[in-house]
Amino acid sequence: MKQPIRLTALAMTFALGTTAVSAQSLVYCSEGSPEGFDPALYTSGTTFDASSHPIYNRLAEFKVGTTEVIPGLAESWEVSDDGKTVTFKLRSGVKFHSNDQFTPSRDFNAEDVIFSFDRQGNEQNPYYTVSGGTWEYYGGMSMPDLIESIEAPDPMTVVFNLTRPEAPIIANMAMDFASIVSKEYADAMMAAGTPEMVNQAPIGTGPFKFQAYQKDAVIRYLRNDDYWGEPAKVESLIFAITPDASVRYQKVQAGECHVMAYPNPADIQAMKDAADIVVMEQEGLNVGYLAYNTTQAPFDNAKVRKALNMAIDKQAIIDVVFQGSGQIAKNPIPPTMWSYNDDIVDDPYDPDAAKAALEAEGVTDLKMKIWAMPVQRPYNPNARRMAELMQEDFAKIGVEVEIVSYEWGEYLSRSRALDRDGAILLGWTGDNGDPDNFLAVLLGCDGRENSNRAQWCHQPFEDLIQKAKVLPTQAEREPLYREAQVIFKEQAPWATIAHSVVFMVMRPEVEGYKVHPLGGHIFGAVGLSQ
Amino acid sequence: MLKYFASRLLTFVPTFLGVTLISFAFIRVLPGDPIIVMAGERGLSEERYRELSEQFGFDRPLVVQFWEYFTGVLQGDLGQSFVTKKPVWDEFFALFPATLELSICAMVFAVALGLPAGVIAAVNRGKFFDRALMSTALVGYSMPIFWWALLLIIVFSGNLQWTPVSGRIDLIYYFPDPTGFMLIDSLTSGQKGAFASAVRHLVLPTIVLGTIPLAVIARQTRSAMLEVLGEDYIRTARAKGLSPGRINGIHALRNALIPVITVIGLSVGTLLAGAILTETIFSWPGIGKWMVDSIFRRDYPVVQGGLLLIAVMVMIVNLTVDVLYGVINPKIRKR
Repeated sequence: MKQPIRLTALAMTFALGTTAVSAQSLVYCSEGSPEGFDPALYTSGTTFDASSHPIYNRLAEFKVGTTEVIPGLAESWEVSDDGKTVTFKLRSGVKFHSNDQFTPSRDFNAEDVIFSFDRQGNEQNPYYTVSGGTWEYYGGMSMPDLIESIEAPDPMTVVFNLTRPEAPIIANMAMDFASIVSKEYADAMMAAGTPEMVNQAPIGTGPFKFQAYQKDAVIRYLRNDDYWGEPAKVESLIFAITPDASVRYQKVQAGECHVMAYPNPADIQAMKDAADIVVMEQEGLNVGYLAYNTTQAPFDNAKVRKALNMAIDKQAIIDVVFQGSGQIAKNPIPPTMWSYNDDIVDDPYDPDAAKAALEAEGVTDLKMKIWAMPVQRPYNPNARRMAELMQEDFAKIGVEVEIVSYEWGEYLSRSRALDRDGAILLGWTGDNGDPDNFLAVLLGCDGRENSNRAQWCHQPFEDLIQKAKVLPTQAEREPLYREAQVIFKEQAPWATIAHSVVFMVMRPEVEGYKVHPLGGHIFGAVGLSQ
Repeated sequence: MLKYFASRLLTFVPTFLGVTLISFAFIRVLPGDPIIVMAGERGLSEERYRELSEQFGFDRPLVVQFWEYFTGVLQGDLGQSFVTKKPVWDEFFALFPATLELSICAMVFAVALGLPAGVIAAVNRGKFFDRALMSTALVGYSMPIFWWALLLIIVFSGNLQWTPVSGRIDLIYYFPDPTGFMLIDSLTSGQKGAFASAVRHLVLPTIVLGTIPLAVIARQTRSAMLEVLGEDYIRTARAKGLSPGRINGIHALRNALIPVITVIGLSVGTLLAGAILTETIFSWPGIGKWMVDSIFRRDYPVVQGGLLLIAVMVMIVNLTVDVLYGVINPKIRKR
């Protein structure tokens, strides 16, 4: 009889240890480790979650839960009539955080704004090469070509002089790479010979102060009590880095985490059925597509592309590949984005009509390749399976498909070639909530041999998006983008497949969480009920 | 003994050179350009590509790149991660203690259970205990780690709530980690309950990681013991009337230990190379996951530097095993 007693005692000792953390600490089970804490240096959402959202602010911000741009560190802005000058009026009384090495002597001002951008574009800036800076997003958003100069007529005003009018510039200012860092801190760290500390021990103006990072394990933040906006609801925020989705869910169930992202699609129904688990969902700001090479016969014929699109059973793809966590895409932009044209009718799934349409164009015994990505992406969780389903669909209309795949780097680089053989599965996740970020980047003439994998350049479409890019207001731009989507549907350079649905799983005591369409996980306004 | 040690040490040099070259070549042989992978779907202009190539040094001939890497290694500089922009050396030593701590615990667990189990099975050869033990060992050896870990988590952390799900310590504890070994740091932190929490967090990962070595050690000990138990000198010892405990424990086990130590050495090497699955499932911040992530990102400096450091660790373990052979069997060091 002795053994069971001993076991019980052992069990009790263990049971005492599975305590959840204090009620004033919000624990987020994150899916991976941040690469660093200076958002301008990186491009991954995991890094932005841990850096730009809790620690920093930007001149403009995305209103949480929407793609609407609202004032941030700039109280207001004004665009000149020619669209080439943007003047930001800065917010006064904004305080930077402090840490063991640094206590700010002044409030946020124009110097910080100029420094934050200058270091990304000016090779003479001492921070240009610090931390092996490659400033991918700054380059990726064409900022070096766009920004001619940045001036500060007074400490609370910043003027961006542009080389051309560009309406999305304001939305760009709300992106992670445009986070405002402290020049005073950067100078102090440079003088101390430790400039990399700007990336490793970040100082920002955001709702949380960075406290500590134990690599690949835990990130800790404390509430910024001097925050200029609505202060954070919890005293501390903890990221418990938990790479495995099943384990994240176990941790939420056990009370070791309050919120988790990226559940296994297969687990979602069980989570929805569980009594003490809340599941929130929203369409992600992304699109997964099959891009034909529109420069190669017979895919240079829009009617052939349309016919192929009609042969794809998208609902089967949503059911099998996305396991329900996706929705059919009919447009190249997601439904949560402004200017989404809901009047457009998707190509019906009709293999007979598809076959007849192909024959009408004289296309018989067609053989083609479909490129399947070797990696998982939110917009395509299993490209190989998707390609196999399409292979079956196309076989029904007499089109023989060969599936090809390459290592991810090779895939990205080879698929850009103008003479690429085959249609490619790929997708895109939006950066700034602006339609230009999808339509111009992925379908504009300039994007050929790069991000425009359809190699498509159609003048009526191009004229619309170029015109929309320089108009100052959303109201003026919107009809042009809606019209562009009509042309896109007629010309069918892609088969639009799916928009993923983003799920967030949390405990019932979590209050005020909003799923952000741009994909970030933001906790400033999140509280815990007692 | 010193001469023996020195001769083993000398074999280090060519191995080190070989590993340096292989670790450099390995990641470059894989298809995939780190700059293209980094840019992702977004892509980048040719001009920017050239600029980055230059910055990372890819525009120079491979021989030059290798020479710079090699001279860097000799000076203790392993370069800087493309991704985190931190020195490889710093990253390795931030993560290695976690891997080492878990490996040691798993090995202690495996040896503490595997060695006696093997001895008992050998002594009771063919009996029920032997068969049961060896069947269990076979199951343990063939168990998919991923499944085994999740099963333990669901039962012990989910249903019974005896152990925490993952991590190294409860999040309420926060203290500096001068050694990186959570057991030591929690003990020296002075925070009440921290050490117990660290121990509890170690239980499941230790069992999961220790299961395969445990099975291997038990089977190896059994077969080595069986061989020795059939030797003439054991029969002589029995004839002399020595107690079974003395015969099995001293005369047989000591002579059966050589192959067992070989297996333990090889297992330690494998564990140090990173228990990727165990680390991933238990959110254990060790080097296994770090290496795999870096291979996917084509983070050349981390992959080549990490491989080199792991290889050196494994070489040190092997050297220790060689020295142990000499200690256990004087004949070896006299060869």
